Amino acid sequence: MQLELSPADAEFRTRMREFFTTKVSQEIRDTVLEGRHLTRDQIVEAQRTLNAEGLAVPHWPVEWGGQDWTELQRHLWHEEMQRAGVPIPLAFNASMIGPVIAHFGTQEQKERFLPATANLDIWWSQGFSEPDAGSDLASLRTTAVRDGDDWVVNGQKTWTTLGQHGDWIFTLVRTDPEVKKQAGISMLLIDMTTPGVEVRPIELIDGGHEVNEVWFSDVRVPGDLLVGELNGGWTIAKFLLGNERVGVAPVGATKRALAAVKANAGALLDDPLVRARVAELETELLALELTALRVVAHSSDGAPHPASSVLKLRGTELQQAVSELALDLAGPGSLAARAGDDSPQEGWARRSAPTYLNLRKASIYGGSNEIQRQIISRTILGL
Amino acid sequence: MDFTYDDEQQALREAVRGLLATAYADHDARRRTVADDPGFDRALWGRLAEMGVLGLPFSEADGGVGAGPVEIGIVCQELGRVLAPEPYLAAVVHAGGLVAAIGTAEQKGDLLGRLSAGEVVLAAADTSPGGRWSSGADGVRASVSDGSWTLDGVADPVVAGKSADVLVVTAALPDDAGTGVFVVEAADVTRSGYAAADLTRAATVRFDGSAATPLGDPGRDVTPSIATISDLTRIMGANQALGVMQSQVRATTDYLKSRKQFGVTLNTFQALTFRAADMYVSLELAHSTVDWATMTIAGGDREAVADAADRVGLQVARAARHIGQEAIQLHGGIGMTAEYAVGVGTAHLTVLEQWLGNAGHHLTRLASRVTDHEMVDAV
Repeated sequence: MQLELSPADAEFRTRMREFFTTKVSQEIRDTVLEGRHLTRDQIVEAQRTLNAEGLAVPHWPVEWGGQDWTELQRHLWHEEMQRAGVPIPLAFNASMIGPVIAHFGTQEQKERFLPATANLDIWWSQGFSEPDAGSDLASLRTTAVRDGDDWVVNGQKTWTTLGQHGDWIFTLVRTDPEVKKQAGISMLLIDMTTPGVEVRPIELIDGGHEVNEVWFSDVRVPGDLLVGELNGGWTIAKFLLGNERVGVAPVGATKRALAAVKANAGALLDDPLVRARVAELETELLALELTALRVVAHSSDGAPHPASSVLKLRGTELQQAVSELALDLAGPGSLAARAGDDSPQEGWARRSAPTYLNLRKASIYGGSNEIQRQIISRTILGL
Repeated sequence: MDFTYDDEQQALREAVRGLLATAYADHDARRRTVADDPGFDRALWGRLAEMGVLGLPFSEADGGVGAGPVEIGIVCQELGRVLAPEPYLAAVVHAGGLVAAIGTAEQKGDLLGRLSAGEVVLAAADTSPGGRWSSGADGVRASVSDGSWTLDGVADPVVAGKSADVLVVTAALPDDAGTGVFVVEAADVTRSGYAAADLTRAATVRFDGSAATPLGDPGRDVTPSIATISDLTRIMGANQALGVMQSQVRATTDYLKSRKQFGVTLNTFQALTFRAADMYVSLELAHSTVDWATMTIAGGDREAVADAADRVGLQVARAARHIGQEAIQLHGGIGMTAEYAVGVGTAHLTVLEQWLGNAGHHLTRLASRVTDHEMVDAV
């Protein structure tokens, strides 16, 4: 039992902090730190800055741009990035399809896609959920039917985050309707400029356009864009979603958000009830951060620590709680959500209601928090 | 950074667990022990002394073992696991801690040597009736005449106060000179003992011109040391509470798997399994905070320890309410009975919390400091 970082890890952290705070565009970091929306170009620029330094995809295999780091070092990299306001490398590329192609892809697929994926030359979208396949993902109905060497895809995906920016989409499609539902699914990579692909925006309660429906009408996909085994898509999905859960507790970003709430609160911090809410959240975030550290410090043998499942559940609850505190501090100022830039209300107050509403998503995506409770009760407690 | 126990620490845990199992593996044994005074098992106390457990925190020069906070935390977790009523926190961690922090070399050698050997039980009298976790002393006053010190006043509750041979008492110094700590023989006070809600023992202790020996330099204000020892005791109390909660979560999941209603086991009902999952979340977050706070002690910084005590006190108090209440609810009626350990565990958590500092106390202290930092970092 020892709390301090080893000298090597402390030096590693300093190196990360220095790079993130001096080499990534200040304008981009300010945008993140102030809770404003990033443009596509800003997200691309930030990832390319990281990638040039080998810091975009450290968890990938070394031959494809990864770093031979410990779990703790990955954790420090991730935390320092969030702390500095550096946009996390696009999850669809860095955490989802990249590791999948590196693990399941052909050599040709790796060479074609991995460097471009790391550098965000290709912007990937995720085509998993469907209107009737949410938490029960395996009941998906989008079909892919063989036609010569090609696949012909028909169906509809939904909740495709930032699909409006997407160049390619990785999809789960039904390739065998005759077998048990998990056994008839495959993964296809689809160029979103292919005729028959249509992206339709979904307006959310925060007024933003973050997610989309993606429709496929007789979309022709070359056969060499199947990833892994035919009808092996469910294995790939589980691999991908397992990776998604790592780092899904946004500890650093939530700590930063709470620090911003304090900085913005001004005289409201004289209110003992406000101080108590802040103190309680700070303590709960500390407990979460410590749990994340316990998990990474234990993960060296590759097996996930049982406590890792609490990270998503509690992490998203705290993320939401901090947004609620910001909203409550904004009070009437939060009504100016869609006021123009000449509004006399402060920017953080104007953004507070949309942010609060937007973050209700956090307990739904990435395996809803009810799914997490199911995992805990079944897998950990054996119930 | 390392959150794992080394081989020696594991061996200590197994040894303590094995010894405690001989006494309390069966909850009925605990029930029998707390039914009569002194409310704990003196034979077991002697075996803990033989094993070196009572002397763990104290230097070898003082008759102890010279172990660190992680080892003491392990012992407290194991005591909590079986709801052992032995006054380890009160006698060794709290009262012994005060002697170790403040006493002269001679006092330490004498008192800590006898405490480690199991020859005397100490108790810390630091709370006045109606008092709330103050490091000052308003219930007991010290007077000095011709170099002889006496105490007057009342301390209550004094945990283990009735069975203690020697009391370690915080008292207001003459002329508003702060707070001192005094050693008082049990024969020189009037005591009435009682059982707390979990049937561990406490006492009202009355001082009426009671002869007292200053601990350390006579007349010196030692308020900061008193506060630090209270904080250390809180962190060890959190370790003990962790042991209790681990047992409760285990007992509750076992019960959900075995208890049948409507012809099926209770784990068929998602309304129940989801609540068990939430108990596990509270448990793991508390566990992480307990480990951190315990490791913080080794750093030796007084302010860092105070902050850690408040944060772990708050986190564990919240978890204890959640887990303790849900453990009873998910057991149903059997959880209300004294013959079943799970509800008694909730009584024990309740006593630990109100003795050492409840959530409101810690939150008030933390809230007073929120503007002192930008954010709270684990490392």
